[in-house]
Amino acid sequence: MPDPLLELHGLSKNFGALTVTSDVSLTVLPGEIHAIIGPNGAGKTTLIHQISGTLRPDRGTIRFAGQDVTALPFERRARLGLARSFQITSIVPGFTALENVALAVQARSGSSFRFLRPVATEKALNEEARAALDTVGLEQVADRTAAALSHGEKRQLELAIAIAMNPRLLLLDEPLAGAGPEETERLIGILHGLRSRYGILLVEHDMQAVFALADRISVLVYGRVIVTGTVDEIRGHPEVRTAYLGEDALA
Amino acid sequence: MTAPLRKHGLALVTLLALAAAPFLGFGDGFALSLLSRAMILGMAAVSLSLLVGGAGLVSLGHAATMGIGAYAVVAFDAAGVNEGLIVFPAAIAAAAAYALVTGAVSLRTSGVHFIMITLAFGQMAFFTTSSFSSLGGDDGYTLYARTEWLGMRIMDNRLTFHFLCLGLLALVWAGGSLLLGSRFGRVLRAARENPQRVLAVGFQPYPYRLVAYVMAGAVGGLSGALLANATEFVSPALLSWTRSGELLFMVILGGVGQLGGAILGALAIVLLEETLSHLLVYWRLVFGPLLVLSVLFLPDGLIGAPLRLRAAFRFASPKRRNADA
Repeated sequence: MPDPLLELHGLSKNFGALTVTSDVSLTVLPGEIHAIIGPNGAGKTTLIHQISGTLRPDRGTIRFAGQDVTALPFERRARLGLARSFQITSIVPGFTALENVALAVQARSGSSFRFLRPVATEKALNEEARAALDTVGLEQVADRTAAALSHGEKRQLELAIAIAMNPRLLLLDEPLAGAGPEETERLIGILHGLRSRYGILLVEHDMQAVFALADRISVLVYGRVIVTGTVDEIRGHPEVRTAYLGEDALA
Repeated sequence: MTAPLRKHGLALVTLLALAAAPFLGFGDGFALSLLSRAMILGMAAVSLSLLVGGAGLVSLGHAATMGIGAYAVVAFDAAGVNEGLIVFPAAIAAAAAYALVTGAVSLRTSGVHFIMITLAFGQMAFFTTSSFSSLGGDDGYTLYARTEWLGMRIMDNRLTFHFLCLGLLALVWAGGSLLLGSRFGRVLRAARENPQRVLAVGFQPYPYRLVAYVMAGAVGGLSGALLANATEFVSPALLSWTRSGELLFMVILGGVGQLGGAILGALAIVLLEETLSHLLVYWRLVFGPLLVLSVLFLPDGLIGAPLRLRAAFRFASPKRRNADA
């Protein structure tokens, strides 16, 4: 087995008396899609916050690519190759789609303390940005203002931004949230295309998407991982049925 | 018309008009000193616009940087030094240093807190200058002589001074516009709209904001040093928070979206103030409502007015709109 890309060990977080993350240990292997599912309030997004660095865990360690990143801030982890998408789409609305992506390319190519040369004409940045837009199928709307994109396109754009960071791990917090059936179909297709290129930690409510994409699934209930296993193992697990899935989802 | 020309057209026309003004009947001493004051304030307003419109940092203490620049000139004057090559770099450096120290603290806050803390620092600077009794204290200080350059009294000639101010204003505006379009400016603009996104791709906005804050402070210092020369008198009133508010108003009236707006805003306010105060005793009664109306009906500021008017005209004549479509 290859060394894990991401390794959580004994991660715990309390908000006052409320335990939101309780002794969570899990790994994401290179090229693997590891999905985290769980009922509302299970602490999925809180976990993502701690992995990405916007929230500090009370206990436990986070190792990324062989390095302890538990104390590193958000933007430093991003530079190490940890790319995050948000549950509520987070883009720069006034920028064009291309500019949104080029910003991510810029972050990893040379100093940005350059003051005079017009950045819009930097070919190297734009070409890489276009390639990332291509990957998610947004090349047609590259020059459109991000605010004017449809909801599904914004979700795609956020993926393109993450890809443009040239990351090693994608942390995707409900990438399908709010997407219609057609958009969901398209986004699942894109995620399929990304598998094996990156390790992906996927938090998602859409069970069909999770079962279609994940190599392994962890089930989070009340901040605790109750089981980790393959798609088939999770489908058949009795505790999972009662805790979360309900009979319908398994039919 | 090419895109940059269209975008900066109004600002360019304004600068050209300022260049032509002395030869079109505005060449007397009074008009020239009025215009140079407007251009100097415009310079400070452009630098504030870089912060407000570019980086999303609403500072209510920008006048302090002007005041520090002006007081640097005064301090050298009191010491008998008025060589520009010493005085101006010192004025700019002092204002930049002030911006560095206060910015390093202020930029750890955001929103209303940022406004309040910049105001607080501005007030500190204000009271500090009031207590310089050797520099006139509350009463202010009358300059012994204007700044010389290599011993030449270039700034004493009003027309030369006019074009010096105009050139520097154009330089500040062009430099600021380039800055906003650069890599650095893109990070600033993105952090204004969505700091979370900027962090997520790996940028910490703080150092970018701080550098912008220091640059704006340096320009503020330059404009202060010029203003001291223009009026030959400096008092703490220059650093009062109402002056900061006035600069902010120039930026908003002119249009926050583009640096050129600040030039229009500064000109409009200085000229309007002058005209109204000559026509009416209670001119502020007219001035206030005019400003309110402008904010209500020109949300993109003066610089956005032509576009807005064109849009309104199209709306009013559907035939033409159809033809365009």
